[in-house]
Amino acid sequence: MSELRELYQTVILDHYKKPRNYRKPEGANRLAEGRNPLCGDHIKVWARIEDDRLADVGFEGSGCAISTASASLMTEIVKAKTRDEARAIFTRFRDVVLGGQQVDGAELASLGKLEVLAGVREFPARVKCATLAWHALEAALEGSSESVSTE
Amino acid sequence: MSTAESFPTRLTELEVARLRADFPVLEQKFHGRPLAYLDNANTTQKPRAVIDAESHFYATDYAGVHRAVYELAERATRAYEAGREAMRRFLHARDVHEIVLLRGTTEAINLVASSFTRAHVAPGDEILITEMEHHSNIVPWQLACEASGARLVVAPIDDRGELVLDALEGMIGPRTRMVAVVHVSNALGTLNPVREIAEIAHARGVPVLVDGAQSAPHMPIDVQALGCDFFALSGHKMYGPSGIGALWGRRELLEALPPWQGGGAMIESVAFEKTTYGPIPSRFEAGTPNIAGAVGLAAAVEYLEAIGLERIASHEQQLLAWATEAVREIPGLTVIGTAAEKAGVLSFVMDCAHPHDVATILDREGVAVRAGHHCAQPVMQRFGVPATVRASFGLYNTREDVDALVAGLRTVVEVFR
Repeated sequence: MSELRELYQTVILDHYKKPRNYRKPEGANRLAEGRNPLCGDHIKVWARIEDDRLADVGFEGSGCAISTASASLMTEIVKAKTRDEARAIFTRFRDVVLGGQQVDGAELASLGKLEVLAGVREFPARVKCATLAWHALEAALEGSSESVSTE
Repeated sequence: MSTAESFPTRLTELEVARLRADFPVLEQKFHGRPLAYLDNANTTQKPRAVIDAESHFYATDYAGVHRAVYELAERATRAYEAGREAMRRFLHARDVHEIVLLRGTTEAINLVASSFTRAHVAPGDEILITEMEHHSNIVPWQLACEASGARLVVAPIDDRGELVLDALEGMIGPRTRMVAVVHVSNALGTLNPVREIAEIAHARGVPVLVDGAQSAPHMPIDVQALGCDFFALSGHKMYGPSGIGALWGRRELLEALPPWQGGGAMIESVAFEKTTYGPIPSRFEAGTPNIAGAVGLAAAVEYLEAIGLERIASHEQQLLAWATEAVREIPGLTVIGTAAEKAGVLSFVMDCAHPHDVATILDREGVAVRAGHHCAQPVMQRFGVPATVRASFGLYNTREDVDALVAGLRTVVEVFR
């Protein structure tokens, strides 16, 4: 149960039940879709880019607690960041949830609010849920409007 | 048909306990709990008899089949052909030549969709399927329709997940060339009245293909009594090896089909000017087949025959009844697929948690279920859900497995509500 509690922390359940920025932002000029063909999860991520910064980010879609909470947290965290800053956050986040290398406290702390998703490391089958929205955001930042897939 | 009442000779608890000992994988613990393997509609675990048969074959009898004259090759050929004969027996087919050994249900349907369409389908013709098909009985026909200019027609299902038979009948027209229907829905558990469907279709001169992947391991199958024309099934869902399965087809229909894949073993003679093809079933078995797979398949058939398919069906009906009753106590849980005639599949959604989250929590309690669209996205759309959780039963499941499932669902409610 402790690993489950670690995975399904209060913050995650809160973002799952009340996702933030669950909308198409006004004046959005970037859109990408993410799909997980294994489970049918589907997410749309919009961004409004102004002067290389993510002035606004929003999402819609259907997914599990992990993918929804990750998308919701993402929209809060990358807002007002430059594209490169947003990409750097994704890279750090991916390293942590993939759990390939030992993660130190400083690295976890650098994730800020995203730290609540670190529990996904113990659930390899769920890493794709946690990264789905981020892959879509990455595609949106590239300016490609294609659908991205976790496969 | 396969309700518990019709088969009073259910497996006893003691027998199931003995059968469980035949499956080495069930000895393991996961997350400190005994494994409650409830993903049998996806694939089944293997009894030692199947594992040993393959291993013994590789150690003592393995060689290429149908080619060489030395004794070892003759032994291998005999063993491979025994797999075909076991399939004939299992399906109660008349003639062993009507059994084509293939990779599984998907390959079997692709074979028919491709070859039948090439030979018998013209632009403007129609192929009739149903709304509850697995992708493997949709996509091959879409490909065939694209290639032939035919149209795919889809018979609807109702809110319980039952086929609307009148609608299906009304959709069979003068241009219908094939009715392809699933015997048991993998996503809903619905058992379709295949015999009735065959009668309806045959009255209009239309052949019927049955996707039997989900029915074959869970009830006695008699293709002659079912009255269909093609029946496709997979070894891995009936406690046999993966990568082996079969297509049964009526002799005259198989003989009227052109070859599917070209290569060795399927020819009579090859010249650059003209190649002639071998007789059925070898015409459809190009290349070196899954020889050891056929040996393992024969062992699986023998294993199931020794227990008795009626008794397995009855046991699984009991498990389904227990589980269906027990999940009514779980708040916010809705069963998807409530047909009157069902096989051992319980598909459901919960209002508090997504199927993936449910499956993760169940996994931590040692319960293996499938969460997702079950390769039946049109079924998910029909019921307005992105995915379901599916518990599916096999011969080795017990009351304890059902209890573990229900306890896990209570944990889901605790975490999410």
